[in-house]
Amino acid sequence: MKGETLVNLITELKEKEALNLVKEMLDAGTDPLKVVEYSRAAVEVVGKRFEEGQYFLPELIMAGEIMKGISELLKPAMRQEAEVPRIGKVVIGTVEGDVHDIGKNIVAFLLEANGFQVYDLGVDVPARQFVDKISEVKPQVVGMSCLLTVAFEAMKRTVEAIKEAGLRDAVKIMVGGSPVNEQIAAYVGADAYGGDAQEAVELARKWCGGGK
Amino acid sequence: MDKVKETLQKWCEVQGIEFSSAEAEERYKKTVQSVADVIQLKTPAKIPVYPFNGFFPAYYAGFTPKEVMYDFDKAGLAWEKYLRDLQPDLYVGPFIVSSGKVLDIVGYKIYKWPGNGLPDHQSYQYIEAEYVKAEEYDDLCTDPTDFMLRKYLPRVFTSFEGFASLPRLFELLELPLVGPHFIVYGAPPVKSALEAVIKAGEEALRWGEFLGSFGMRMASLGFVDPTAGMSKAPFDVLGDTFRGTRGIMMDMFRCPERLLEALERITPIMIQIGLAGFKATGKPFVFIPLHKGADGFMSDSQFKEFYWPTLKKLILGLVEEGAVPFLFAEGGYNSRLEVIRDIPKGTTVWLFDETDMVRAKEVLGDVACIAGNVPISLLYAGTPEEVKDYCKKLINSVGKDGGFILGSGAVLDEAKPENVKAMIEVAKS
Repeated sequence: MKGETLVNLITELKEKEALNLVKEMLDAGTDPLKVVEYSRAAVEVVGKRFEEGQYFLPELIMAGEIMKGISELLKPAMRQEAEVPRIGKVVIGTVEGDVHDIGKNIVAFLLEANGFQVYDLGVDVPARQFVDKISEVKPQVVGMSCLLTVAFEAMKRTVEAIKEAGLRDAVKIMVGGSPVNEQIAAYVGADAYGGDAQEAVELARKWCGGGK
Repeated sequence: MDKVKETLQKWCEVQGIEFSSAEAEERYKKTVQSVADVIQLKTPAKIPVYPFNGFFPAYYAGFTPKEVMYDFDKAGLAWEKYLRDLQPDLYVGPFIVSSGKVLDIVGYKIYKWPGNGLPDHQSYQYIEAEYVKAEEYDDLCTDPTDFMLRKYLPRVFTSFEGFASLPRLFELLELPLVGPHFIVYGAPPVKSALEAVIKAGEEALRWGEFLGSFGMRMASLGFVDPTAGMSKAPFDVLGDTFRGTRGIMMDMFRCPERLLEALERITPIMIQIGLAGFKATGKPFVFIPLHKGADGFMSDSQFKEFYWPTLKKLILGLVEEGAVPFLFAEGGYNSRLEVIRDIPKGTTVWLFDETDMVRAKEVLGDVACIAGNVPISLLYAGTPEEVKDYCKKLINSVGKDGGFILGSGAVLDEAKPENVKAMIEVAKS
C-alpha cells in the first residue's frame, strides 16, 4: 500500500511528501531494496509520461532530484547496490568542443528509465574518451550529442577514432541534437539519427534486441 | 501599433546616410521598404533575405573566430568581404562576436571563447550553472540592480570580485551618509575593480567606435543591419545565466510563487534594456533570443503559466514605444503558436528554426511576420541545388504573399559559402 503511494508521490513530483514517506518506511523497517524497486517503477512511469508528451523537462529534472534525495536517505540503510537486470549498455556523451547537456541528459534519463545501463561521459568529450569507455564496458550502443554545427566535425572524428580502434563493428552509433538530422548522421558516419529522446530509446532497444 | 508604423515610416525615409552610389541607395531603400512591408504583413517588392549570421563571415573570409574577436579590424574585413561578395539584404553586425579584449579585462567567467578555454576556430559557449541560489529570490526582488552589482557581478567577473564589499548606492541620500559611503572605494579590492571598469571602458569605446563607423560604411554601400538592441524573455534571464535550467525548473515545483514574482519584477527592466538601443539608433529590431520555452522544454500549461505572460509584457512594452521585437525561436515552437498569436498585429518578427512553417503561417499569418527556417545542417552539409529547392518550396508555401523573411533557421557559423549564396540568390529571382 505504502509502496503504491510512494510510486504515486514520485510520479506526481511531490518531493517533500515522497521523501517523508521514504523516511517513514525505513523507520518502520521496510527493506531498502523494496524502496529502490518502487522508486525505479516510479521513474519508469515518469519516463513513459515524457514519451507520451504528458511530462516535459521540468518533470524529468524534478524526478531526478527526488531520486537523488531518496538515494541519500537510503545510503545508510543499503549494504550493497541492488543488481538489476539490464536490457543493454549505452555509452553516451556530448562530443568535443560542445558543452550542451540538456538533450543528452534527457536521453540518458529515458534510457535508464527503460532499463539500460547508461555510461554518461558528460560534455566536451574527446574521441579518445569515447574509445576508452567503449573498450572498457563493451556497450551495444554509443550515443553522441551536440548542439553546435562546429561539433559535426568532432562527431566525425569520434566515429573515425572508434573505427581506428577496431571497435566500429562492435557498436551501433546514434547521433542527436538540435542541428542534427539524417544527412548529418550519414556525414559523420553514424548508424542512425534520433529526432528526439524517444527515438533514441527505440533505436537502442532495437539494437539490443529488445524490440517493443 | 501606430508607434511601430511611425518607426518604420521614419526608417524608410532613410536619413543621414551618404550613399556610395545611386545603386547602393536604391538597394538600401528597397530593402528597408521591403522589411517594413513584411513586418506590416504586406507583400514586399522583394522578399528580404536575412542569413542570421554569427561567425559565418569570419570563416568565409578565412579568419578564425579568435581573430575576429580579438582584432576588430579583421572583423571589419571579414564582414565587408562577406557582404560585398554574397550580397545579403540584411546582416547581423560584428557586435555579435563581441570584443575578446573587453571580456579578458573583465574576466567573464561564465562563457568559454576562443582565447579563453576554446580552440581558435570555435564560437563562444555559455557554461550553464546555478550562479544564483533559490534562496536569493528575495534579495533579487528587493532591488534587482543592487543584486546585480554587489552579488552577481562579483561571481561572474573575476575583475569585479571587489564589488561584493560595496555599500548600497541607495544610501547616498544625505550629507552625513556621503562621506562614509566612499571609504570602501579606496580599499584595494574595490579600487582594482574600478580600474578594470575604466580599462574595459577604454577598450570597449574603441570597439564601439569601430562598430559605429563600420555600420555607417556598410549602410553607405547599401547593406542593412536592422538590429537596434537586445533583450531577453524574463524566464530566460533567470533560467539561463542566473538559476540555470535545472535550477529554474526545480523552482517551478519548489517555489513557484517566488519565481513568478521575480519574473514580474525584472520584466520592466528587460523592456527598458530593449528600448535603450532602439531609442539611440532608430533602427526597428530588438533582438530577443528565446530559449527555455521551446517545444519539449515545458508543457503548454507551464508555458502559459511561467514563460509567456512576462514575455508578452516585454513584447507589448517594446511595441508600445515603437520598437519591433525580433524573436528568435530556436528549436521548435509548434506547440506555442496558438499562444503567441496573442500580440498586436504587424509589429513583430518571429525567426523560426525547426517550426513547421506552413502551420506557423496558418496560425500567425494574420498577426506576425515569420522568418528563417532554412536548416543550418542543410547549409552546412547540403548542396546549392538542395538549398535552392528548400528555399523555393518555403517561398511558395509561406513567402510569396508577404509577411516573410528568408533566412537561416538558426545562427549561421560554419556553412558552405556556395550554399549561403544559393539561399541569398533564390530570393532575387
